Amino acid sequence: MPMRLEIVTAERIIFEGEVDVVVAPGGDGELGVLPHHAAVMTTLSSGDLHYRIGGKDNHYIVHGGFMDVRGDQVVVLADAAEHIDEIDETRAEQAIMRAQERIAAAGVDVDLDRAMASLRRAQVRLNITRRRRKQGVV
Amino acid sequence: MPSVREIRGRIKSVKNTARVTSAMQMVAASKMRRAQDQVVRSRPYAQKLRAILAGLAAQGGGDGEYTHPLLQSRSVKNVLLLEITPDRGLAGGLPSNLNRAAAGFMQQQHAPVSVVTVGRKGKEFMARTGQNIQASLPGLGDQPSLGDCLPITALVAQLYTDGTVDEVHVAYTRFINTLIQEPVVAQLLPIKAGELEEPGVPVDYEYEPDPETVLNTLLPRFLDTQVYQAVLESSASEQSARMVAMRNATDAADEMVDGLTLELNKARQAMITAELLDLVGGVAALEG
Repeated sequence: MPMRLEIVTAERIIFEGEVDVVVAPGGDGELGVLPHHAAVMTTLSSGDLHYRIGGKDNHYIVHGGFMDVRGDQVVVLADAAEHIDEIDETRAEQAIMRAQERIAAAGVDVDLDRAMASLRRAQVRLNITRRRRKQGVV
Repeated sequence: MPSVREIRGRIKSVKNTARVTSAMQMVAASKMRRAQDQVVRSRPYAQKLRAILAGLAAQGGGDGEYTHPLLQSRSVKNVLLLEITPDRGLAGGLPSNLNRAAAGFMQQQHAPVSVVTVGRKGKEFMARTGQNIQASLPGLGDQPSLGDCLPITALVAQLYTDGTVDEVHVAYTRFINTLIQEPVVAQLLPIKAGELEEPGVPVDYEYEPDPETVLNTLLPRFLDTQVYQAVLESSASEQSARMVAMRNATDAADEMVDGLTLELNKARQAMITAELLDLVGGVAALEG
């Protein structure tokens, strides 16, 4: 019996459809949701969010946000989300370099928090993508 | 009666104007479609966030148990109005309607009102009427992203949390459809979680890590989304109003060309008649 999953960002709907399992990077660690899960409202950290439908896995990278599980309805409100196929490894590497440069130059008119956040985002992106591609999942 | 030459000149200039307005209409129409799409696409997120917040409020998350600075109402000594206006004109009555609504709102307040404007039209109006302007930000262009709106939200939240103002309202133009846009002034801060449109369905949630953390992450995002929505609504309204204004201008110009052409033909006819009369008169004089 499938559940309904929606992944939404402020700018658009990323995914909408029936799924069997959802695994999300909750604020308190990884959280798996099967049908008939108790109602949960959790914050999300940066990481790999995947769902399975008919034995097939689909991976997304999400960065922060919430997940609302209620009945057989799972709503992910992500600050940012992208399908793993959309991620370009070279661009992620460049983003890491840029962020590191910015952090190194900290103090002179640089927003350290933002630089750290973008560094973390880029690293998460790259790590997960590499791992998944190595496993041949994607 | 103006001469044939004069009328020809005028027809030409009106036709040129019509060409310009119809080009602008086309540009506005394509931007309008994009802006309208963007508004529609962003609505589900805002709705879901509202529903979650309403759920939290219905559970008592919003009333004193976990108080968050953005939820607390204080006695109102200073009010801030955030006005979101277009940068450019030629959008019919849209900017002036919005400015009028903003001015009306300011008159009703008992506390002094200061303003933060986004876009040139609001800034000019507020400066002209001598309002206390806290900040003027440039408009956000045709395709504002959530990231573009964050500085606005940060500024407003800053003014609110450091106590400079005790209430924040936002004035923008709500997009209803291509022909109808309506200026609205809505309260932004403090967030009235209990008065959200959808009544919260009380669900026994487990909160992870805990309700307070969820609420603390949720509220700033809610504010971001509210501002983002207002900006998107404004942008869609602006493009629609401009499209309609330009269409009206093109239609008016076409009508004018028709009228002028009629006048031109009459003038030409009159000239020919006069020349004929001259000729006939001359011939008659010769024969006489």
